[in-house]
Amino acid sequence: MQHEVMFAGFGGQGILMIGKILAHAAMEAGREVAWIPSYGPEMRGGTAYCQVVVSDRPIGSPIIKSPRHLVAMNRPSLEKFANAVKPGGVILINSSLCPDRSGRTDVDELAAPVTDLAKELGSVRAANIVALGAFVARSGIVDFELIREAVKEEFAQKAKLIPLEMKALDAGRAEAGKKQRT
Amino acid sequence: MGKAFTKPEALADAHTHYCPGCTHGVIHRLVAEVIDELGIRGRTVGIAPVGCAVLAYNYFTFDFQEAAHGRAPAMATGIKRVRPDLMVFTYQGDGDLASIGMGEIIHAANRGEKFTTIFVNNAVYGMTGGQMAPTTMPGQRTTTSPAGRNVEEAGMPIQMAELLATLQTPGYVTRQTVIKPRYITRAKKAIKKAFEYQVAGKCFSFVEVVSTCPTNWGMTPLEAVKWSEETLLAYYKLGEYKTPEQEA
Amino acid sequence: MGKKVLMKGNEAIGEAAIRAGCLNYFAYPITPQSEVAEYLAKRMPEVGGVFVQGESEVAVGYMLFGASAAGARVFTTSSSPGVSLMSEAISYIAGAQCPCVFVNIIRGGPGLGGILPSQGDYFQSVKGGGHGDYRMLVMAPASVQEAVEMMMVAFPLAEKYRGPIMILGDGLIGQMMEPVEFPDDLATDPSDKDDWATNGMENRKSGSRNLVKSLYLDPEQLNDHNLLLKSKYDQMKKEEIRYEAYNTDGDYVSLIVSYGTMSRVCKTAIDNLKEEGVEVGMIRPQTLFPFPDAAIRDAAVKPGCKTVVSIEMSMGQMVEDVERCVQGRRPVGWYGKCGGDVPTPEEIMQVIKEGI
Repeated sequence: MQHEVMFAGFGGQGILMIGKILAHAAMEAGREVAWIPSYGPEMRGGTAYCQVVVSDRPIGSPIIKSPRHLVAMNRPSLEKFANAVKPGGVILINSSLCPDRSGRTDVDELAAPVTDLAKELGSVRAANIVALGAFVARSGIVDFELIREAVKEEFAQKAKLIPLEMKALDAGRAEAGKKQRT
Repeated sequence: MGKAFTKPEALADAHTHYCPGCTHGVIHRLVAEVIDELGIRGRTVGIAPVGCAVLAYNYFTFDFQEAAHGRAPAMATGIKRVRPDLMVFTYQGDGDLASIGMGEIIHAANRGEKFTTIFVNNAVYGMTGGQMAPTTMPGQRTTTSPAGRNVEEAGMPIQMAELLATLQTPGYVTRQTVIKPRYITRAKKAIKKAFEYQVAGKCFSFVEVVSTCPTNWGMTPLEAVKWSEETLLAYYKLGEYKTPEQEA
Repeated sequence: MGKKVLMKGNEAIGEAAIRAGCLNYFAYPITPQSEVAEYLAKRMPEVGGVFVQGESEVAVGYMLFGASAAGARVFTTSSSPGVSLMSEAISYIAGAQCPCVFVNIIRGGPGLGGILPSQGDYFQSVKGGGHGDYRMLVMAPASVQEAVEMMMVAFPLAEKYRGPIMILGDGLIGQMMEPVEFPDDLATDPSDKDDWATNGMENRKSGSRNLVKSLYLDPEQLNDHNLLLKSKYDQMKKEEIRYEAYNTDGDYVSLIVSYGTMSRVCKTAIDNLKEEGVEVGMIRPQTLFPFPDAAIRDAAVKPGCKTVVSIEMSMGQMVEDVERCVQGRRPVGWYGKCGGDVPTPEEIMQVIKEGI
C-alpha cells in the first residue's frame, strides 16, 4: 500500500515541516518514505508545498501527479490540487482561510478551522500542527502516538513549545473526530 | 675570508629563460634570500602564474604549484585554509593578477587570507607577446594598442596597490621597484616584511614590484630602466600603502 | 551502520563527506544545492573542519586544486551553471593529477535554464566539460542513501586515481528527504601523498621538493603525460564499472537504460507493466564513466529483447553511449523530458508499449 500526501499552503505556514514530521513518523513505523519539497523562488513568501510518499515497499517514482491525500492550508492550494486527488483520499481544508470546498463527492473532505483553533490555543503558528493532527487522525496513515513523538523530536530545540504543539495535535484530532465523514 | 656572493639555498642553480634586462631574476633572488633568512624553505609552497614567470618553479628549490591564469590567490587560499602552517606565496604578473585574476586577488585580500603575493608590474603582457595590460600606460604602444593606449576605450591604468589599500580588512600593501640597485634594498625589506607578517599569521601581504620589459617595450635594457623610472614610477608611486597596524 | 535518520539529500551529502574523513569544503551558493553549504557552515566548525564560501565557482575550483595539491581531502558541491565555471579548474586538476570530489546537483539548462531536476549535464560530466584529454569517474546516485555511499567511496577512489571525481545527482536527489544510514565501514583515512603533494618539504621523508603542474611544453612529454592519464581511465574501465540490473533475470521484450531519479520512475513503470503481463528489463548505470558497456550490450542482445530505450531527463545524451554499446544489434530509442517535469511512470509505460 502506498500513500501520497500533498501538503500545500502559504510560505511561512510550516507546510514543509508537517510533511517532514509525517515522513519521520512513518519512517519510525518501519515504512519507506520520501519527502519532496517545492523549492526555488516561489518558496520565498509565495505558495509552498511538499509531497510525502509512505509505502510498504521501496519507493519508485517519488514524484506524484495524483496524490492520495491533500492538506490545503489556503484557498489557492485547494484550487490548484483538489482535482488531482485520487478517489477515496482525504482532502483537509483549512476553513479559517478558505471558504471554498473541493466539490468532490468521491473523497473524504474535512473542513477544519485549523488557524482559528491554533489562535484559541494561543499561537497562530501552531495551525500547521493542528492540521497535521486532524489529517493523521482522519486518514489513519500512521499511528497517532508516533506523530506525537515525531513532533516532540522536531521541536527538541524549542522544547518550551512542545506542550502547545501537543495540544495542537489533540485539537486537530478532536476536530477530525467530530466532523461527519462525507 | 668568506665568499662575498653566494646563491641562496632557495634559488635553483639554473639559467633562467628571462630576457636580458628583465627584472624577474632579481625579484626571484630577493624572494629566495628572504625565504633563506626566515628559515622557511622546508615549509614554503610557491604558486606560479601564467605569464613570463610560468616556469618560476624551475628556479626555486621548494614545493611549487602551478596555477591557471589569474587563479593563484584562490589556490593559495585553498592551501592556507587546510594547512595554515605552510608558508604560501603567489608570484603574479599584471595580466594575470590585474586582469583575469582581479576577482581572485581582491577577494583573497579582503578575506585577509594569510599568504603573500608578489605582483610584478611591467605594464604589458610579456609571455603572449606584448599585448595591452590593465597597467599599460596611456598612449603606450602595445601589439593590441598599436596607436597607444586610448583611455577613452581602455580606461586608465589600474593602480593595484592603491586599490587593495582601500579594503577595510587589515593587510600589508606596498609598492616597490628593483630597476636600479638603490631601490633593491628597500624592495627586499618590503618582501621580508611581507613574509614576516605571514610567519606571524598576521594578515594578507602584497608587494607590487614595478619592473621592466625591454623586449616588449621595444627598448634596450637601459632605455627600459629610464622609461620605467620616468613614466611608470611617476604613476605607480613607491611606498607603503597599508600596514595591519593601521586603524581600519 | 548507525540509526536511520531522515535527511535531505544535500545535507546527507555534506554529512557523508565528514564521515568519509573529508573535513575541507569550499563552495559558492546556487540552487538547488545551497543546503550543503548551509549544513556544513554549521557542521564543519563542530568537527574542526574548514568551510570557505568562495567568491565564485571559478575561485572555488582553484581552492580545491590548491588544497588538494597540499595533500588535503577536499570537496565542493554546485549545480550546472556553477559546474560550468568550475570546469576550467577540473581540467587543470585532471592535468595536475590531484584528487578532488565534485558534486553536481543538476538543474535544467542551457544558460540559467531552471532550478528543477534535470540530467542535462551528462555530456558535460562524462565527455569532459573542460578542455583537453581527460575523463572523470562519474557516479550517479538514485537515492539519498546511494548518494551517501557514493560520497564515501568517492574520496578513496579520487586518491586511487589521483584525479577529479564527480557525483552527478539531480535536483531531486538534493532536495528530497529519505531515511539514510551512514555506513561505518566506508570511512577511510586519507592516503599518504608525500610522493607528490606540495605539503612542505620538511615534513617529507625524501626531503626533495614536489611540484604540482599541468604544463608540459615538450610534445613528447605531453604525449607521455596523456598516455599516463589514459592508462588510468583504462584502469577505471576494468575496475570501477558499477550498475544495477533490474528485472533482467527472466525474459523481457524491451530493455530500458536509465540512471538517477529517472531510473526510479522507470522501476515503477516496469513493476506496473509486469502486472499487465509485459516484461521489461533495466540496466541502471551507477557509474556513467566508466560506462557499463558489456552489461548493456549483453542485456540488449538477450533473445526476446526486441528494443532498447534510453530514458533520460535530457534531450538524448546518454542514448549515444547506449547506441555505442548495442552496436546496431537492436533498435535503440530515446525518451526524455527537460525542464524539470520528471516523466511519469504512465508516460514510460506508454513509450514502452509503443516501442514493442
